[in-house]
Amino acid sequence: MKLDKSFVRSVIAVAAMAVAGSAAADITVISFGGANQKAQAKAFYAPFDKSGQGKVVPGEYNGEQAKIKAMVEASNVTWDVVEVESPELVRGCEEGLYEKLDYSRIGPKSDFLPKAVSDCGIGIFVWSTAIAYNADKLKTAPTSWADFWDVKKFPGKRGLRKGAKFTLEFALMADGVAPADVYKVLGTKAGVERAFKKLDELKPSIQWWEAGAQPPQLLASGDVVMSSVYNGRIAAAQKEGKNLKVVWNGSIYDVDSWAIPKGTPKRDEAYKFVKFASQPENQRVFAGEIPYGPTHLKGINGIDAKIAADLPTAPQNLKGALASNTEFWVENGEDLEQRFNAWAAR
Amino acid sequence: MLQPYASPVERVWYYAMRGLVGLVLLFLFLPILVVVPLSFNSDTFLMYPMGGFSTRWYAEIMNSAVWQKAMLNSLIVSPLSTLLAMILGTLAAIGLVRTDFPGKALLTAVLISPMVVPVVIAGVAMYIVFAPLGLTGSYTGLIIAHAVLGVPFVVTTVTATLQGFDFNLVRAAASLGANPVSAFFKVTLPLVLPGIISGGLFAFATSFDEVVVTLFLASPEQATLPRQMFAGIRENISPAIAAVATILIVLSTLMLITLEALRRRNERIRGIRS
Amino acid sequence: MTAASPTAAGIVSTRPEPSLKKRLRRAELRKKLLYGTLILPLALFVLLVFVWPIASLMTKSVENPEVHDNLPQTLRALKAWDGREVPPEAAFKALAGELEAARGSPAIAAVAKRLNREETGYRSLIMKTARKLPLAEGEPARSALIEIDERWGTVEPWQAIKRSGSATTAFYLLAAIDRSVDAKGDIVTAPPEEAVYVDVLARTFWMSLIVTGLCMALGFPVAYLMANLPVKHGNTLMIFVLLPFWTSVLVRVAAWIVLLQNEGLINKLLMWLGLTNSPVPLLFNRTGVYIAMVHILLPFMVLPLYSVMKGISPVYMRAAVSLGCPPFKSFWKVYFPQTLPGIGAGGLLVFIMCMGYYITPALLGGPQEQMLSYFIAFYTNQTINWGMAAALSAVLLAATLVLYMIYSRYLGPSAKAVKAR
Repeated sequence: MKLDKSFVRSVIAVAAMAVAGSAAADITVISFGGANQKAQAKAFYAPFDKSGQGKVVPGEYNGEQAKIKAMVEASNVTWDVVEVESPELVRGCEEGLYEKLDYSRIGPKSDFLPKAVSDCGIGIFVWSTAIAYNADKLKTAPTSWADFWDVKKFPGKRGLRKGAKFTLEFALMADGVAPADVYKVLGTKAGVERAFKKLDELKPSIQWWEAGAQPPQLLASGDVVMSSVYNGRIAAAQKEGKNLKVVWNGSIYDVDSWAIPKGTPKRDEAYKFVKFASQPENQRVFAGEIPYGPTHLKGINGIDAKIAADLPTAPQNLKGALASNTEFWVENGEDLEQRFNAWAAR
Repeated sequence: MLQPYASPVERVWYYAMRGLVGLVLLFLFLPILVVVPLSFNSDTFLMYPMGGFSTRWYAEIMNSAVWQKAMLNSLIVSPLSTLLAMILGTLAAIGLVRTDFPGKALLTAVLISPMVVPVVIAGVAMYIVFAPLGLTGSYTGLIIAHAVLGVPFVVTTVTATLQGFDFNLVRAAASLGANPVSAFFKVTLPLVLPGIISGGLFAFATSFDEVVVTLFLASPEQATLPRQMFAGIRENISPAIAAVATILIVLSTLMLITLEALRRRNERIRGIRS
Repeated sequence: MTAASPTAAGIVSTRPEPSLKKRLRRAELRKKLLYGTLILPLALFVLLVFVWPIASLMTKSVENPEVHDNLPQTLRALKAWDGREVPPEAAFKALAGELEAARGSPAIAAVAKRLNREETGYRSLIMKTARKLPLAEGEPARSALIEIDERWGTVEPWQAIKRSGSATTAFYLLAAIDRSVDAKGDIVTAPPEEAVYVDVLARTFWMSLIVTGLCMALGFPVAYLMANLPVKHGNTLMIFVLLPFWTSVLVRVAAWIVLLQNEGLINKLLMWLGLTNSPVPLLFNRTGVYIAMVHILLPFMVLPLYSVMKGISPVYMRAAVSLGCPPFKSFWKVYFPQTLPGIGAGGLLVFIMCMGYYITPALLGGPQEQMLSYFIAFYTNQTINWGMAAALSAVLLAATLVLYMIYSRYLGPSAKAVKAR
């Protein structure tokens, strides 16, 4: 029994240390993981640690709001700053999951892109979902979503993000709807039917992905010939020497934002981090690491021309691109995601 | 055994059977071995043929804050939840074996129920109840959740051991002046210890391999090894996964050996020889 | 151990000694209490940490608090309303007051989200209305609300409020079996584009059945050989079963990804053998899920089968053969029936485990391989619709418990052998 007692004692000691360690003055910053997180670590976390204002504990999720809701409702908030997509930000703000931001602690609103400024969040970067393909495996380059749907001309599997958001828009564009009209059409019952019908056509060839790191791997391994991707992930794969290309036509861009969950005990530190990460020079470093566009107007100005050409915000990339309609997804998100899920499982 | 006078049909059957069983056992065993060499791959891809021998992936997981944290978390959560399950489960098993009361079968069924109820349901249920109490995203919540999942294994194994236990030994101890507590520690415990330990091993394995409940209850700060593997397999499948897998395989082999040794010892003590 | 005290008591006591029977009964009772207290901590623990959560999950499937708790006055004003024409001013006034009070709080979001499930678009109706409140002093609520959004001048949103206003609802449970209640209050089948759960339940059963069948077919010969070889060899074979059994499920899933991927070993082997020119898709479809699930669950079949077969005396078979019965027939007529308890125990165990599986389909399957558990997780994490998650859990739990009852009724005792080895 002697052995057991000392064992128990040491286990308790280790546990106490670990629990105490996680309760120290670090702030937990949750992002979407993968290459995006790596870039954030270089551009935001490490410099923030160095600035002596606090230490960042990085974490990752896939955008599910359930955990945040649970934490806020239990008044036991352990995430201090969270990267959130636009519809979730609006919904979370209405539901009281996020702090209403005090912009005097961050910077004047006029310094940022109008799309990046909202009640509960401040834009981190502009990202885009576009078509990517493996140039080593495809002889001719696809140029549109219609090509993406054309399994005769481009035989093979396609990757799409498992979810209604953007997938329905892509389907409509493939069906000949002009980008400017996509949300008008999707706003009608007939439009939704049309999108699902178009998806039916491609269903046997679709390989669904959930995490942003998957499509570059699927493309590189040849499991799919083309895929919808977060544009930044492709740049990361290109750096590793893979011949992946992005088609900007028909891409959908949106802003990811920092939000502070309501009731975090480290609100002041969280504000400090958000302010720090919203500085143009830090955003510029971020854009250099992964081609997502800065939201700070000055961050855009000072950017290297070579990097700027790869950003979703570059004029030539915006041609034929579509801005995500946050309002639409706030309103219809739950319904369409549920229907999409039922459709996909069938 | 094949008899020398077996008919040709019997011979064919004999070898076909052995061949089939061999294939099934290879099916069970080979996939696990396939992972091990890949963990020493110098390439970044989790596929054969391998680039060359390298321990870089072990170095990577050893240096990665995320994997370190995951290992530490597993080493906190699993032993503590096992300990809790062992203490509570052993006491209850003794109680269950020594008494009879109306509703005992039902109570036993309830105590065993965490083994039967699908883990997803357990995960969602605990999540919904734990969340308002602030037990999600906490070590406490995760430890008690894992403990409750491990309890049935302790209860069943200890009960089985106790059923073969001669309680006259406790009476003898009492008649010699031992009080119940010291009789328990001096007589009962040493004899049923193998049962407790193997129950504990099952509970440990359950916790150490648990993903689903952890997915619901843990924040990134409490992510355990399997939780991290789940994320890794889903997001970024690299030989680092194979390295972690190899470590886990070594660990499960150790657990298996321990259990086998316990079983042998148990048989020896009771004089059972097969 | 309790025998010592009565003698001591007997010396001191001046009262007449209680009868032996009584003393024995008392001692028995004390013993019972002592051992009862040993069970108590675990019983409480399981009750608090497991039974209570499951019970409250089940109640979540019928709970409907959003509108009921947050718009009580509106509901009261609607109580006498027949639902045919636009409700009276009192209802408008109550709604305006309650929406204003709830503005900017989680309560209003809950109401909006709940009503949006009745009809898409009501979320923005509620949010928009709340934003434009409060009403000017003395302004009639009815015309003001209709001016904010003309939908308030129709009966539908009011019907939706009334419909969703009861404290409990069968909405989620019905939805979990692809049914819903229409405006008239009749139970109708859900529209085909939403009806999926009956299919998913059938799929869950079907996939479990296939996996169980495969496990039986593969597990039987293995267990048979192990049980009939000399102990030493049998134990060696056992290691091949036990090591995978003890290896983390995630390790095994990772292994199957290595083997089954397009450039994986199996496809390389098939191509090298010339059986196929291009890689066969084995991952993210049924094949991959079946293979991995059989791999994970096979030990759960082999172990109970083995323990049953080990107990079957070879004498009967020998007797049958010596009496002139051909070996195969005697195997089928004499040996096989004796293994049925093992087949039943292992089969039901595998089946039950299969029904609740989440990890393997999630990591190795596509959307068409997802079983009920996936949808439970989806509603919990993705859309935060706990009512739906709870209702689907209730369906899965009911199916599991029915099977478990069959299991423990007919095959109870052999169940213990499963993990105890």
